[in-house]
Amino acid sequence: MKVPHGAIDCDIHPAVPDTRALLPYLDDYWRDQFVNRHIDRSAFTLMSYPPNSPLSCRPDWRPEQGLPGSDFAALKRDALDGFGTRYSICNVFHGAIALFNEDMAAALCAAVNDWTAKELLDRDPRLRASILVPLQSPALAAKEIERVAKDPRFVQVLMPVMADHLIGGRAYWPIYEAAEKHRLPVAVHAGSTFRHAPTYSGWTSYQVEDYVANGAAFENMLVSFIAEGVFQKYPSLKLVCTESGVTWLPTLLWRVNKDWRGVRAEVPWIDRLPSDIVRERVRFTLQPLDVPKADAGVFLKTMEHIGSDRVFLFSTDYPHWHFDGEEVLPDGLPEDSLRRLLTENALETYPRLRGDDTLAGNPRPHDGALQ
Amino acid sequence: MNAPVLEKSLQPQQRLAIVDCDIHPTHKSPAALVPYLPARWVEHARTFGAHVRQGLVGQLTHPRMMAAGQRADSYPASGGPPGSDLPLMQKQHLDPNGVEIGMLVALARGGMEEQNQEFAAALSHAVNDWQIEEWIRPEPRLRAGIVVPQDDPMTCVGEIELRAQNPAFRQIIVSPRTSEPLGRRRYWPIYEAAERVGLPIGLHPAGASGGHPSTGSGWPTYYLQEHYSFETGMQGIVASMIFEGIFERFPKLRVCMIECGFSWTPALGWRMDKAWERMRKEVPHVKRPPSEYLREHFWFATQPIEEPENPKHLVDIIDWIGWDKLVFSSDYPHWDFDDPRYTFKINLTEKQRTAIFRENAKALYRL
Repeated sequence: MKVPHGAIDCDIHPAVPDTRALLPYLDDYWRDQFVNRHIDRSAFTLMSYPPNSPLSCRPDWRPEQGLPGSDFAALKRDALDGFGTRYSICNVFHGAIALFNEDMAAALCAAVNDWTAKELLDRDPRLRASILVPLQSPALAAKEIERVAKDPRFVQVLMPVMADHLIGGRAYWPIYEAAEKHRLPVAVHAGSTFRHAPTYSGWTSYQVEDYVANGAAFENMLVSFIAEGVFQKYPSLKLVCTESGVTWLPTLLWRVNKDWRGVRAEVPWIDRLPSDIVRERVRFTLQPLDVPKADAGVFLKTMEHIGSDRVFLFSTDYPHWHFDGEEVLPDGLPEDSLRRLLTENALETYPRLRGDDTLAGNPRPHDGALQ
Repeated sequence: MNAPVLEKSLQPQQRLAIVDCDIHPTHKSPAALVPYLPARWVEHARTFGAHVRQGLVGQLTHPRMMAAGQRADSYPASGGPPGSDLPLMQKQHLDPNGVEIGMLVALARGGMEEQNQEFAAALSHAVNDWQIEEWIRPEPRLRAGIVVPQDDPMTCVGEIELRAQNPAFRQIIVSPRTSEPLGRRRYWPIYEAAERVGLPIGLHPAGASGGHPSTGSGWPTYYLQEHYSFETGMQGIVASMIFEGIFERFPKLRVCMIECGFSWTPALGWRMDKAWERMRKEVPHVKRPPSEYLREHFWFATQPIEEPENPKHLVDIIDWIGWDKLVFSSDYPHWDFDDPRYTFKINLTEKQRTAIFRENAKALYRL
């Protein structure tokens, strides 16, 4: 069904039009590096989202020229006015995260974040954004969070679901410490830096397999978060699975609960049923909604199996192609669940969207560019 | 604390003679295969031993939780590891649980993980002889699975053709931890042979990897995570086999997924359909929605059965999968053994019970 006005869209993808647009946001050293090495002529497009792939852009949202999501006027028309959203969270999922040079990745992530503040957030008060972090170096990632968190329009941290290591691991904890401190949920987004084969039996032949494999990747990522005890170590941290799909979740809850009963001595810090931890601390954006078109009952059943309507966050995943026309919502949702999905769950998840961000010294929203 | 459950008496309808699709026979000692190996490989085994893709010799790098992953009560008094003593298996499992037919899945030392391809071929051949001599001959309730060194498909074809002549072999056991996803062309000779001899492929998690971490984001820290990857790993295999067009090419091929659960499969089908709808120009050889191939060509062994907080939710799952596609398995003698009396926490109709505990497996394996 069509979405009523005033929803909070927790996943849209504006794109940096090209790397030259980032040069003003790099320091002298990196600007020289990028220009002299012709790095500024590379697009930094992730292999998970080839720009011409049908999944990467809905046909009627595809700009006449340039990358999907790079035309601000079109984004405003299609993603913001089109769905009548109150807020939309920009996930500028940039290829910086796939580099091996940690310092270059950090410089580029910082440039993307500053570009986002200036070129997106300053231009429309409905926009909010995620802090892109150089996951290659958790220390630099935490530093970037500290730097950007001063701008309250950045409402969460953004990381890919498949990277060098499973991200529940202790090496990544400085990121979660910084995120928790600044009341930023951690958004984990579909996609891989392809440090490893996307399946445990090796490298796939087709891109469609890679996209499907994101579901399993989210399962392993979530089990990593649970097993490592991230939720106990950072008791107010929230995890947002973004473009994850959600129909795989019931199986995860059932299997992890059972496995935990069998092997809890190995992970004694898990102090209650993993399914309860997930329902309280993990959220899932709506699109892509992997249910059969002809059977609206499947989503309702999935919600019943999960045992909560508080875990869903509305998203269009603009400009990715998951639905046609305005058919962004599953049919048949009870009124209460719909309200939660559209706004309440997001307001609960993101302290910075509630406008009650009390961290001292923070500028009010819309006060201008990040310094 | 288990007393109320253990004392629960069997109802007459629960005494159905069952088919158990996952029983693990084990070698009494590393020397158990000596009678079945040529002298050259006996010497090799003693001098060099296994060469597999992991950091430790002869042990798992994710140590198991209980008694090395075995039921603590399954160690034979005669010595040797669990699963190595037929009389104990009969007394502890086949007799009391009414196992009419037990499908053997011989995991250890079968050459599935061995990197030396000639050694792997010799080990597979030896394990298949060993199954016949030490298990099938003395216990007619058991059936064997043809163990093959899957990354050497031409050798697999020879072994499949040889063993298929013996009706005790009812499936082909392939490790899911291959060098490449199982849909890739290098494995097609195995499927061609399987289709020709009319035997299903049985995929069961194996210990050492085929050279890839257990997840798309690297290695897990804990056994809890590693165990979970049995399920996510199988998703990649189902997708690979379907998107490579295996079932267009080999329309009679049947695959049984063992020890990876089943409740994840409807969601995988929906997800594949959705992605295929967008991306089908990339895979024009996939003619129909992927979920249709999933529905037609895959069977699922039940252990370790998923346990929803509300047991009735399992009925929704099986309705989506099809009551004709699940086959009961116990995983004897492993620690997470599913007891056939308590596996299902829902009330099954007589028809459903008979299908899952007996008839589906008989149809799949033509028993």
